[in-house]
Amino acid sequence: MVLTFAAMDSVQQLSTRLGTTLVAAFLASTVECVEALTVVLAVGSVRGWPSALAGCATAVVTLAAIVAALGPALTRIPLHLVQLVVGAMILLFGLRWLRKAILRSAGLIPLHDEAAAFAKNTAKLRGVRLASGWDKLAFATAFNITMMEGTEVVFIVIALGAGGRALMLTASLGAVAALAVVTALGFALHHPLSRVPENTLKFIVGVLLSAFGTFWVGEGVGVAWPGEDLAIPCMMAAYLALALYLVPLCRNRARNAADAQKESCIAAKEDQR
Amino acid sequence: MNWIRSVAREVYGLFVDDSSFAFAILCWIVAMAGLVRYHVLQRWAGPALFVGLALILTEGVLRVTRRKD
Repeated sequence: MVLTFAAMDSVQQLSTRLGTTLVAAFLASTVECVEALTVVLAVGSVRGWPSALAGCATAVVTLAAIVAALGPALTRIPLHLVQLVVGAMILLFGLRWLRKAILRSAGLIPLHDEAAAFAKNTAKLRGVRLASGWDKLAFATAFNITMMEGTEVVFIVIALGAGGRALMLTASLGAVAALAVVTALGFALHHPLSRVPENTLKFIVGVLLSAFGTFWVGEGVGVAWPGEDLAIPCMMAAYLALALYLVPLCRNRARNAADAQKESCIAAKEDQR
Repeated sequence: MNWIRSVAREVYGLFVDDSSFAFAILCWIVAMAGLVRYHVLQRWAGPALFVGLALILTEGVLRVTRRKD
């Protein structure tokens, strides 16, 4: 009888542990997947879906291959180094996009890329078929973000599943379930996003990438962020506020300069008379 | 060898369109890494990293505005 109770106890303990591992892996992976989804959705809406989805899928396949090849040995790769390198790349993308979006909104550079439009029209006239919708920037951004968040999911699964084969399987199931839920969310959200004006989306992508990039670079160099992951939405708000402040400032400066130039032209003409 | 050069140019172009802007970002990252390593900023390191990058962005935008004047 004592043995039976002990056996029941250990079964109960194991099922509780499996349950908590599943929930923990699901929730933690959902957070990481939503972070990746936010950026992939924004990049896809701005630069086109084929390249963004291709970048995302390539990252998932690459990550799966790395996990299959290395397994638990992955924990020996210093996460800080990965965060620093990928974070710096995303930061370079993000600040570059944000800077261009500010300049476009201020009217200092055209809303559309004139050179690309010209090249497209010229190619059409010559009957040359362009690589339809292929966008290296969208591919690279989606790839980087998915690799970064995916690496974190892998670390979560390895950490939660370190207690044995059953725990590893449960943690992996939690992560896969999170990926499925977030992917479904992405399909539901991508249509409403397509109605948002192009430059507004570019603005949002710039803000998102800059905030994520700053956070990861900070993690990579060993910064202890106040509020941990909450620092990301705070930085998004701060980058957005700065960008919204810079747009009218640049517009006014450009307008004042143009007015001054016009006045000096009129004065020069009057002097000539 | 030409294809290596063109691939390198493509990759460089993905991250950099204004070299001084990109260089300033990288310099700030290196400076922050040094400051954090030698415990100079402690808990202000995160805000300092953000403020530095925000200033680089502001300067990058205003420089284009000045150039257009």
